[in-house]
Amino acid sequence: MEDLLAYIISRYNYWAAIILLLIGLYGMIAKNNLLKKVIGMTIFQAAIILFYVSIGDKRGATIPILAHGHDGAHQAVEAAAYANPLPHVLMLTAIVVGVSTLGVALAILQKIYRVHGTIEEDEILETIDQ
Amino acid sequence: MKKTALLIIAVLGILLLRAAEDLPFWGDPQSPASVHLSDYYLEESYEETSVPNIVTSVLADYRGYDTMFETVVIFCAGITVLIVLRRTHRRRAKVISPRPERPGADIILQTAARLLVPMMQLFALYVVAHGHHSPGGGFQGGVILGSSLILLALSYDIQMALHRFKEKLVLLFSAGGVLLYAAIGLACLFLGRNFLAYGAWAALLGISEPEAHSHGMLGVEIGVAITVLCIMFSLYIDLASGGDLDEGL
Amino acid sequence: MTWDASLLWQFDLLILPMVIICAIAALSFKDLVSCAVISGAFSFLMCLLWTEMLAVDVAFTEAAVGAGVSTVLLLGTALHVKRKSKD
Repeated sequence: MEDLLAYIISRYNYWAAIILLLIGLYGMIAKNNLLKKVIGMTIFQAAIILFYVSIGDKRGATIPILAHGHDGAHQAVEAAAYANPLPHVLMLTAIVVGVSTLGVALAILQKIYRVHGTIEEDEILETIDQ
Repeated sequence: MKKTALLIIAVLGILLLRAAEDLPFWGDPQSPASVHLSDYYLEESYEETSVPNIVTSVLADYRGYDTMFETVVIFCAGITVLIVLRRTHRRRAKVISPRPERPGADIILQTAARLLVPMMQLFALYVVAHGHHSPGGGFQGGVILGSSLILLALSYDIQMALHRFKEKLVLLFSAGGVLLYAAIGLACLFLGRNFLAYGAWAALLGISEPEAHSHGMLGVEIGVAITVLCIMFSLYIDLASGGDLDEGL
Repeated sequence: MTWDASLLWQFDLLILPMVIICAIAALSFKDLVSCAVISGAFSFLMCLLWTEMLAVDVAFTEAAVGAGVSTVLLLGTALHVKRKSKD
């Protein structure tokens, strides 16, 4: 029982990331509404970030901010005591760049609505055919 | 279409779940991602930069070049939204777009917003300035500053927020933030070091080299915060008004 | 490998199903404004998850960006286009 729980916990985050990734991909492919496709894109992005952050986690560690004194005295840092900061850095910028790309996607979506009067994919295709 | 999509995600799901078997355990201290490069940052960054928050020191110093272009990406996104969506009053008469009904101003909301906005802005400045010692930094502080302006535009209307912070100024400052970042990097180049090697400031300011790194990072974070503030506000006013800038949600 | 209390895995077991439910709900409602609000809730749950996984800076960014600004942007667009979706 304990082994099963340990196995599930050691894999759980990856499974969740994969499920989220598939949900996002399904939304991007199968949904007819363009805004739903954009929401699918943000879910896909969250799945990737979840994967990276899970990789950076460490058992028995704390947040990557060093304990330090004000007198400048500083003892040697033990790397195992702090979580891996590198995935955090990469994902921090990815989130902010993600919101800017979301803005661009929404702007194009509003432009499509202005030109075609709808954001349903099949209706847009009908107006192009005419 | 739905069947094709289900087929694709079924195949992809099986492949990814099989691949997940080979990944390191969650929380494994010996996972390949945690044993090569990150140990160096954890052990040496305080000696080299005197910044306890390692995420900030890696973001603004070791990977400063990367962060500079992330800021440029944000700037470009803001400009793209402006190009795609912004329209002047002359062209607006032709197109009919439904706009949300706007009932009368809500005095409770407006008073609450007026009390909240200065708090948010002070907190954002704290987040930018204290990013070296606690979670936070240029990106977070910039977003909080931007959302304080968005709150102002949401509770009053966009005209009121734009009256406080003109559109032309928004765009000038968004470019100014990126330029501030690049200027700090270029100054290091002229002082005889590499681009964004903040140690060059040490002799000029009369401080030790780790402290120069710390101050250089603060300057860079301020640049990032200015750009992010302006672009977040610009994204909101363009998207919420459909490019007219007359009224928001 | 034995599991360790310091991983806060109980939160993980609790939050991840809620995240997945939010993701499915955000894609399945017919009202686009509901979708936008649910995606804000999704971002907030993600933020909790990242605090639990020791990524405080990422969590802070997500709380400000994902749950704040991007929800407002989605709402702004959902109110400007036709609010009802076909699927």
